[in-house]
Amino acid sequence: MIESHLPALIALTFVLFAIMIPAFGLWRPSTSQPLAVLGSGIASVLSLYGFASYLQTGSIRYFFGGWEPPVGIEFVYDGLSGFFILVINTVAFFVFIHSRKIARTEYPGKEMPYFALAMLALLGFNGMILTGDLFNLYVFLEISSLASYALIAIGSRPAPYAAFRYLIIGTAGGTLYLLGVGFLYTITGTLNIIDMAAMLPNFAADTSVVAALILMVVGIGVKAALFPMHGWLPDSYTYASSSSTALIAPIGTKVAAYILFRIVFYLFGVELTDAVIPMTTIIGSLAAVGILYGSIMAIAQTEMKRMLAYSSVSQIGYIIMGLSLANPLGFAGALLHVLNHAVMKACLFLIAGSLRMKEGHSDISLFDDTYRKKYPWTMAWFSVAAISMVGLPPLAGFFSKWYLALGTIDNENWIFLAVILISSLLNAVYFFRILENVYMMNPKKDQKEAADAERNEVSFSMMFPTSVLAIALFVIGFANAAIVGILFDVFPM
Amino acid sequence: MDLTLVPLLAILSSLAAVPLILWSSSKPNLRETWTIIAALVKFGLVMTLLPSALNGESVTLHLFDLAPGLPLALNADPLGVFFAVIASGLWIFTSFYSIGYVRGHKEHKQTRYYASFAICLSATIGIAFSGNLLTFIVFYELLTLATYPLVIHTETDDAIKAGRKYLAFTLTAGLLLIAAAGMVYYYTGTLDFTPGGILGDADIPYHMMLVMFILFLGGVGVKAGIMPIHGWLPAAMAAPTPVSSLLHAVAVVKSGVFAVLRVVGYVFGVDVMGDYGFNEILIVLSGATILIASLIAFAQDNLKRRLAYSTVGHLSYIVLGIALLTPLGIQGGIMHIAAHATMKITLFFCAGAIIVNLHRENISNLNGIAKVMPWTMGAFVVGSMGLAGIPPINGFFSKFFLVSGSLEGDMMIPVIILIVSGLLNAGYFFPIIHRAYFRKGEGLEKYGEASPFMVVPIIVTATLSVLFGLFPNLFFNFFDLASQISTSLFNSVSP
Repeated sequence: MIESHLPALIALTFVLFAIMIPAFGLWRPSTSQPLAVLGSGIASVLSLYGFASYLQTGSIRYFFGGWEPPVGIEFVYDGLSGFFILVINTVAFFVFIHSRKIARTEYPGKEMPYFALAMLALLGFNGMILTGDLFNLYVFLEISSLASYALIAIGSRPAPYAAFRYLIIGTAGGTLYLLGVGFLYTITGTLNIIDMAAMLPNFAADTSVVAALILMVVGIGVKAALFPMHGWLPDSYTYASSSSTALIAPIGTKVAAYILFRIVFYLFGVELTDAVIPMTTIIGSLAAVGILYGSIMAIAQTEMKRMLAYSSVSQIGYIIMGLSLANPLGFAGALLHVLNHAVMKACLFLIAGSLRMKEGHSDISLFDDTYRKKYPWTMAWFSVAAISMVGLPPLAGFFSKWYLALGTIDNENWIFLAVILISSLLNAVYFFRILENVYMMNPKKDQKEAADAERNEVSFSMMFPTSVLAIALFVIGFANAAIVGILFDVFPM
Repeated sequence: MDLTLVPLLAILSSLAAVPLILWSSSKPNLRETWTIIAALVKFGLVMTLLPSALNGESVTLHLFDLAPGLPLALNADPLGVFFAVIASGLWIFTSFYSIGYVRGHKEHKQTRYYASFAICLSATIGIAFSGNLLTFIVFYELLTLATYPLVIHTETDDAIKAGRKYLAFTLTAGLLLIAAAGMVYYYTGTLDFTPGGILGDADIPYHMMLVMFILFLGGVGVKAGIMPIHGWLPAAMAAPTPVSSLLHAVAVVKSGVFAVLRVVGYVFGVDVMGDYGFNEILIVLSGATILIASLIAFAQDNLKRRLAYSTVGHLSYIVLGIALLTPLGIQGGIMHIAAHATMKITLFFCAGAIIVNLHRENISNLNGIAKVMPWTMGAFVVGSMGLAGIPPINGFFSKFFLVSGSLEGDMMIPVIILIVSGLLNAGYFFPIIHRAYFRKGEGLEKYGEASPFMVVPIIVTATLSVLFGLFPNLFFNFFDLASQISTSLFNSVSP
């Protein structure tokens, strides 16, 4: 019985906890973080259960109140949305576990509003993924965006400025998307994605359809930080609190990428997307430039969070490039990279957070060989995640690169292939630089201090999520054939 | 006896030692015991595969899918077993030698050293037993990664620079290999290593074939030290000497030439290589490498660097042998994998013993050292003579086959290159011997021979070089194995 209500239950979990956290938080602020963990934990279990039942029985269309579209609104729980939901909720669960200490040091006394907002942001993200209705999607987009602006504004001194910048750019993006939806609505008279997808081929040559496509891609491109619309991202990720960054970085841009998948593969279909202008080629080329740009900028950074932020710009490019290939290998590679990148980036941002908490900074040039002695496990997990980012087997990152590379070869798109490979090398440059410092650089400042460096490993609440995520990279690497097998089936063409 | 799991166990045996090594990091003797046990177990396991390999049989094992349709496939075929015997056998000697070296040299972070070494050996045996290109890439990259901590072991600025160079070369190579594998998979739908090649039946335009060949050349050529992409090898001499001996004379670089043979014989196929004329590219490159590397070796005063350039040259002997595409040539190439391994490891061991014992790295400082280190220098003479191709050392034998292979293919230029190179080898090795034996040394009074941990492996490897020269089929039937591998590459393609 419960299976048929799962889509709604997952979203409602976050609604419930978004109310419970302020209610309990006013009574005892210390309950906020455990409640957030519990909420995201329940959502993860439901998502896992949902994905398992999807594998057995297929997709679920959930009509709210029993009203069928186009009158009512629906949630669509198919392979694509189920996969994304599972990834983001699980990652969020681990990030919330890690937030315990950071919440106490970085924004003491504000735990209740912080975790309530985080629940709202997750509600928005889950809603965006689940909804089968374009306008509804916009509503959830705004819920998640408003919550994200606030989450980013909680941080160091420049954070509110970065959040404001994100707000301006993000709102412009959201509005463009809404405009595109408006165009489509005037033509088709429906907002339901499945209905509209059936009707759109009749209007293939209509200029407003083309305009709508461009508007929606640009609007969502802003949210996904697709080059050159990534300007808001580096500052936001750098200045926000470590827990906000770790939450939003692995999830936020992925959800936007999901909407691009939805639009390109399910709403328009690849044929219609490319009917008038070569949209997939344009998206792919932007992604390719973004991959290289992000990697090169990451090399230039000396602050770890900022470096990781630029690396995110680059990695989101992989996902969108995989989408633009529009073949099963590229599709599976992109989705596998959604999973891999969420796990790797969450792990890396959590480590950046742990270091900030312990050392008060995450400036790469100050890293030295005492870090290895002080945080042996944290640094070991960092190495694992970094090597996976570079894409060396048998870690997860290698395999998404492999499928993406096969996808580019399938399309005989040699430039994209070269971009993927060159970018791995650039990744190696900026990650091995850190590894060199951590494992080999003798401390500059005070030799005595270095000799005294004692084991000062982070607490369990920070170590546990980092370890699980890092070990997951091995598991995903070895189990990728099974995952990719499922993703091939999800491919809609 | 069921051998199915043996290749897997052979790979895992040294990997299993890693946690034990890390766990006993505060008890050096126990820690080294694990290494020795792992080495012996690994060698024993590999040896059980030898009889079936001599019959031309392969032991295959498909574990789980690395990617849909591409299993993690282990295939202990004769070539794989041949390489695995050499690598695992020499690891035993290197392990003993390492103990003498790192303790004598008071190296830091010894636990990391032994742990990385064990991972490297797992990766090397994995390379040997890889049944398809994807599995091969997995182990190939693992080898790169596990060697890195060894290259930068001393953590001096030079070592770190060498490490960067090493990564830059090998990671780029890995990426080219991935691209090449992707293309092969696209055109043929398989990545299995098949004697006679898998590209022969596919309908592939010439320019794509050329692109694939160049990608493969870059991918495997780096580790095989083909000029001009050999630059990492001399730089990697910053590593401790046991690393140079086993990895940069046997495991890593031989993985490179092993990969060349896999690509030529099992991916492209001998016929395709010849039809497209790619073998000529290989002959030109390897021939040039042999001569240029030998000439550069003359200019090196640092003993390890001279040996490094000598390695570059000798790796190209093997590549040249493969590129001849004649049964005898390929057989010679395969035999030179073994011959060069025993001889070069001896020479590197000697260099290391000199460094630890006398703290001398430059050839110009080696005057008269044969008086204090007679065993070491005796072994050095054997190794040098072998590399110059003087009988009865095994280097002569492989070279003889290389020359016969060239004649078999009616090619005179490789013959000339091999002869000239033999002279050049003699030219850059004999001055060292001359200095050690016939010049008067200074400040040597208080020194004696190096520790037995080092001297015994040196003598054993030198003796092996001589024994394999006199009896090529001794112990391991290397000769039969090599000729069998070589014929299998030709038989399977003839209709």
